[in-house]
Amino acid sequence: MTLQVEHELHERRKGRNYGLGLILAGFIAIIFGLTVVKVLELGNSSKFERFDHVARPQLIPEEGAGE
Amino acid sequence: MSDISASDYSYEAGMGDYFALLKPRVMSLVVFTALVGLLASPVPVHPFIGFVAILCIAVGAGASGALNMWWDADIDARMKRTAGRPIPSGRVQPGEALGIGLALSGFAIVLLALATNMLAAFLLAFTIFFYAVIYSIWLKRATPQNIVIGGAAGAFPPMIGWAVATGGISVESVLMFALIFMWTPPHFWALALFVKSDYGNAGVPMLTETHGRDATRQHVIIYTLLLVPVAIGLGFTSIGGPVYLAVAVWMNAWFLKGAYDIWRRTDADCEADKHRVEIKVFKVSLYYLFAHFGALLIEAALRLYGIGGWS
Repeated sequence: MTLQVEHELHERRKGRNYGLGLILAGFIAIIFGLTVVKVLELGNSSKFERFDHVARPQLIPEEGAGE
Repeated sequence: MSDISASDYSYEAGMGDYFALLKPRVMSLVVFTALVGLLASPVPVHPFIGFVAILCIAVGAGASGALNMWWDADIDARMKRTAGRPIPSGRVQPGEALGIGLALSGFAIVLLALATNMLAAFLLAFTIFFYAVIYSIWLKRATPQNIVIGGAAGAFPPMIGWAVATGGISVESVLMFALIFMWTPPHFWALALFVKSDYGNAGVPMLTETHGRDATRQHVIIYTLLLVPVAIGLGFTSIGGPVYLAVAVWMNAWFLKGAYDIWRRTDADCEADKHRVEIKVFKVSLYYLFAHFGALLIEAALRLYGIGGWS
């Protein structure tokens, strides 16, 4: 008993799998694109630079200005 | 026996079958009207966010189409026009359609909320709920006015497009909603007058069958008369202008004349000329909606050069 490698079913599923792969790739592209656009729309980089888990005293105007 | 052949037992649905669940033709109208709602608004939207918003609205509309096909599989199977749809023809299982409808609804609503604002996402969620539950599950089999109330589901997209840009609801977006809402009944009933439907066999009450063709002709003229002030009124808002108004006056006169012609006719007239007038009015109704929203788009484009609108 042998399984045929190129069965019609495989071809059909190949189409579905490629389709789903494209949809997932598109979804990733959309999330990435939205992230880029949303971050750039903030305009002022200090609005997102502070979230890098590193102490950035210069981002706090009151305290950073005198130092 | 040397082969294992799964396809002998069950048909393996392809991407095209799943895509057909989303009612692509309906989706194209949704995309067009939502895009006009978005572009006609006074607030500019980043092109990528606009693209994602329209995609979400289209996917949401498709998802509600899948939910509709899941619920209506029994009546679809009994009507010639719909018997070839993925579920009644056996290409897609009902459970798959339900899963796809619910999953895509969730994705579209959440992504629209993240990309734009909560109001737009709420309106999309309400549209899906309205089409799948209020129209498909509740009204479609209960009343011959199903098409009137169900038309609201198709009328929401420009309102969602407007909410994407402005974050609110205004007289402009309400009138765009009202334009499609009031247009749907005469458009659909003009079609029902010349297409031999088998809705009766499927147990779906249609005005032509429950109240007769004369009553349907009356309904066409009444709803067209109610549609005219909405369409003309939109021309005097901030998104209207001379171009829109000229198009609206012309198209409404044309549509009203057609509805009047239908109203004056009898079944004998229809048989004599093979529904020539009804077919013509149905075509006019298609141009009608396209022309109105196209004119709004032209006004929006002209405003970019400072020559659109009334100012």
